Amino acid sequence: MNEIIESVKNLSIGFNSQKGKQISILRNVSTNIKKGETVGIVGESGSGKSTLALAMMGYIKQGLFPLKGECLFKSKDLLKMSSRQLEKIRGRKIAMIPQNAGQALTPNLKIGYQIDEALKLHTDLNKTERDKKISELLNKVRLPSPETMAFRYPHELSGGQQQRVAVAMALAGKPDLLLLDEPTTGLDVTTQAHVLELLRFIAKDTGTSMIYVSHDLGAIAQVSDRIVVMYAGEIVLEGPARKILKEPIHPYTYGLLKSIPKLSLAGLPASMPGSQPQPGSINEGCSFYDRCNLATDNCKKNSPDLEHIKELDTNVRCFNYRELINQNNNLQTSITKKLNNSEANEVLKLMDVSISYAKQKFFDQLLNKISDQNPTVKDINIDIKKGETIALVGESGSGKSTILKSIAGLLKTKDGQIKFENDRILSSDLKMRNPNDLRAIQLIFQNPDESLNPNHTVEQILSQPLKLYFNLSGEELKKNIIDLLKKVRLGEFYMSRYPRQLSGGEKQRVAVARAFAAKPDIILCDEVTSALDVSVQAAVLNLLQQLKEDLGTTYVFVSHDLAVVRAISDRVAVLYQGRLCEIGPSQNVYKFPSHPYTEVLLGAVLEPDPDIKPKLVAEDIVEEKPPEKGCSFQGRCPRKIGDICNLEVPPWQIGENGNAIRCHINIDELASLQQ
Amino acid sequence: MLLLILKRIGLGLITLFIVSLITFVGVEVLPGDACTTYLEREAYGAALDACIKRLGLDVPAYERYLDWASNVVRGDFGYSLSGEMPINEVLGPRVKNSLVLASVSILIGIPLAIVLGIITALWRDKLPDIMISTITIFSMTIPEFISATLLILVVAIWLGWLPGIVIIPSDATFYELLSNIILPVVAISMIMTAHMARMVRSSVIQVMASDYVQMAILKGVPYWKMVFRHVLPNALLPAINVVALTIAWLLGGVVVTEVVFNYPGLGRLVIESISNRDLPVVQALAIILASIYVGINLIADLMTLMLNPRLKSLQIRK
Repeated sequence: MNEIIESVKNLSIGFNSQKGKQISILRNVSTNIKKGETVGIVGESGSGKSTLALAMMGYIKQGLFPLKGECLFKSKDLLKMSSRQLEKIRGRKIAMIPQNAGQALTPNLKIGYQIDEALKLHTDLNKTERDKKISELLNKVRLPSPETMAFRYPHELSGGQQQRVAVAMALAGKPDLLLLDEPTTGLDVTTQAHVLELLRFIAKDTGTSMIYVSHDLGAIAQVSDRIVVMYAGEIVLEGPARKILKEPIHPYTYGLLKSIPKLSLAGLPASMPGSQPQPGSINEGCSFYDRCNLATDNCKKNSPDLEHIKELDTNVRCFNYRELINQNNNLQTSITKKLNNSEANEVLKLMDVSISYAKQKFFDQLLNKISDQNPTVKDINIDIKKGETIALVGESGSGKSTILKSIAGLLKTKDGQIKFENDRILSSDLKMRNPNDLRAIQLIFQNPDESLNPNHTVEQILSQPLKLYFNLSGEELKKNIIDLLKKVRLGEFYMSRYPRQLSGGEKQRVAVARAFAAKPDIILCDEVTSALDVSVQAAVLNLLQQLKEDLGTTYVFVSHDLAVVRAISDRVAVLYQGRLCEIGPSQNVYKFPSHPYTEVLLGAVLEPDPDIKPKLVAEDIVEEKPPEKGCSFQGRCPRKIGDICNLEVPPWQIGENGNAIRCHINIDELASLQQ
Repeated sequence: MLLLILKRIGLGLITLFIVSLITFVGVEVLPGDACTTYLEREAYGAALDACIKRLGLDVPAYERYLDWASNVVRGDFGYSLSGEMPINEVLGPRVKNSLVLASVSILIGIPLAIVLGIITALWRDKLPDIMISTITIFSMTIPEFISATLLILVVAIWLGWLPGIVIIPSDATFYELLSNIILPVVAISMIMTAHMARMVRSSVIQVMASDYVQMAILKGVPYWKMVFRHVLPNALLPAINVVALTIAWLLGGVVVTEVVFNYPGLGRLVIESISNRDLPVVQALAIILASIYVGINLIADLMTLMLNPRLKSLQIRK
């Protein structure tokens, strides 16, 4: 167990800036990987974690080069090897499982060929032995019918299956060390939990060492023996997983853990101020100085060394870590938010809304109707009260974004009505809506990089809705823009900046400001925090909550992240395959009894706590189309009772606390089953 | 799949129909008719009447169109005015000559372009790339009539290695043609090759930066194996359509080059028949060139469809 297989010594990697300055992305990183252990490397985007992981395979991305230090694999420096020598090690001794298997599998080659390629390169097996081995490997990663799977192309598999193929490919060469670069990011919650479970099984089964790189402390907590926390290209904390997650003694890790929304806690997570510094911007002092609440003058001038603390078996890079020891009992706290007054009037009503993506047949086009018997979204009835935050939750394909687009008028509904304020019907055609209705409903998109025009300054971006809806100009326009920026906590000087000059969190704030510029009644939030780092996510969530409390806006909040939804929403609607499964006040939806699908989702959530393991109750199969008859969840339901589920649409049952569940199982019975 | 191919072919036929209509209408609305333009100052009295009778211009336009179109479908383009011989006989050798010129250019140009594109992409920003890229960009910017003229000046006049203009009858054999077409081929393929090489280069560079290539490297796949198995099939696929467009676009280059070199091909026939006001021939040429254009694009579409596993299974599933 104590044999070191790879050791990184004083590694710095950097690039030359346009001004000819040397800028480091990794600074003086040292760590050891022991045989059979799983090390989690955690950090936010830009912390250098992927660069470190790739360097451990002797791979340095184009444009970067090693400045100093070495990566010793079995005491040979990978960074000094020729590509011939590296080909012998990659895939055979150290193998990689990539972040996005969908893009990391070569599209024109069949799955079987790609695994065979690794076998041919790294083993001496002959053709028949290799074919047998391919089946074995596909079986090991629990892919259905391995024989036919080998003849499929990557695009014919679901995201989870692609990831499993990547795992099989990595295992082909029987490596001593597996590198996993965000292997579950981008997968659905239930799929993610299944893939993690598989990885844990493989680590145990084969005794392979693993390096697990992720931004997600929840995933890291599930697999790691040891955790390395990176910040701005440095290791700031390193130690046994349990210690790091339960008693973090670095202020960054402490803040990071506090900013993660947790299922068990209502209310918003505490946010950390600021964002990670850009590479090259720190010349002296601690890189965490300007975000740290323990910082002293010493921290500004001197940068702390990584200090080994014997009694905790931990390395920490902080002068003041002692203040955090014994102070960790308040990790499980959150900011309580003002509850919505549920007596308020309904502002938006969805009545029997169905939406279809089916292509119109020629005659239907003429008659302007859609004749799809099994639409993507069906029978959605939701009343949204003024000033509340209602969340739509579900995995990909659940129709949550589709509903949002329909409310915004971007997608026509097939059936049903959307009523706005005093039962006025909103046309499903955007062009038919009046300007005031358009103003009243605003959208915030998932990715601010794509929703903000890169050629416009912040001032131009914010002035567009103000000009369009309120005809402002000159001084008044400018005053309004400054007010808006102030509302989202950005200074006046941001006006002249372009989106590329802003950090991810700042961009999303501008997007929020743009939505609020229209003085809307309803804001539709489409996965608004998914593209953000955890610490920034908490800040944006807090901002949204603050704005809502001040201005009384109504949010329709779409997310796949149940913990985020728990933090922000007053009410939750759970969707599967475009059909409502459960709806109710969020504190009740997160309690049992709940719909079997909600139960599956809740069980699969990964908490940043090694003691809370996900519960895998349903298979992570992907259904392409909703079933034509019966309950939408029949295909995966762990509590299916029989034919009635296949044939009849289940009835709504109302629980004690007002959450409605659509299931054939009696609600009291569900409660006792789920105890 | 079959349905899709039939659909594409159908669309191509519709395009051709529209082209034929446009050319016919275009010819119709010109002031005067084929006889007046052809006979010029003698276009009066008995000669004009005889001509009109001979060409059947006294029947209404739509009837003439139907008549003409039904003949074209059967492969008969009617009579040319100047030679007073069947257009098919005029066209036959010209089509052959132009096909020889174009296909030799394509056979040399496409492989060369692919090789150059790959070299420049793999040695990106290194010496081979800088040299080849400079040359390709340079030859892209020179229009054919200038490069052709320069080639004649340097190779034919100063060096005296090859004939400057083609002085062979239009029914010359393939071997007679070959020594004569070297310079025209160079002139045509220069621009075409340059365009395609740039396209292949950017496509290969894009694929080289993809996740799956990084994955192949990290899997331990040797460099050249990775290039041939993982990079090229994916990089060349999108190039097929561009190649088709370039070939179609090459037709225009062929016209210009043929005139400069006095080459007896379709291109020169276009110019000749236009200046002779030989409208039936112009009509025939328009249809032929359009069919080539449509045909090449059809082939390219079908090839992409066959080679791309994504599109293939998409079609089958539907």
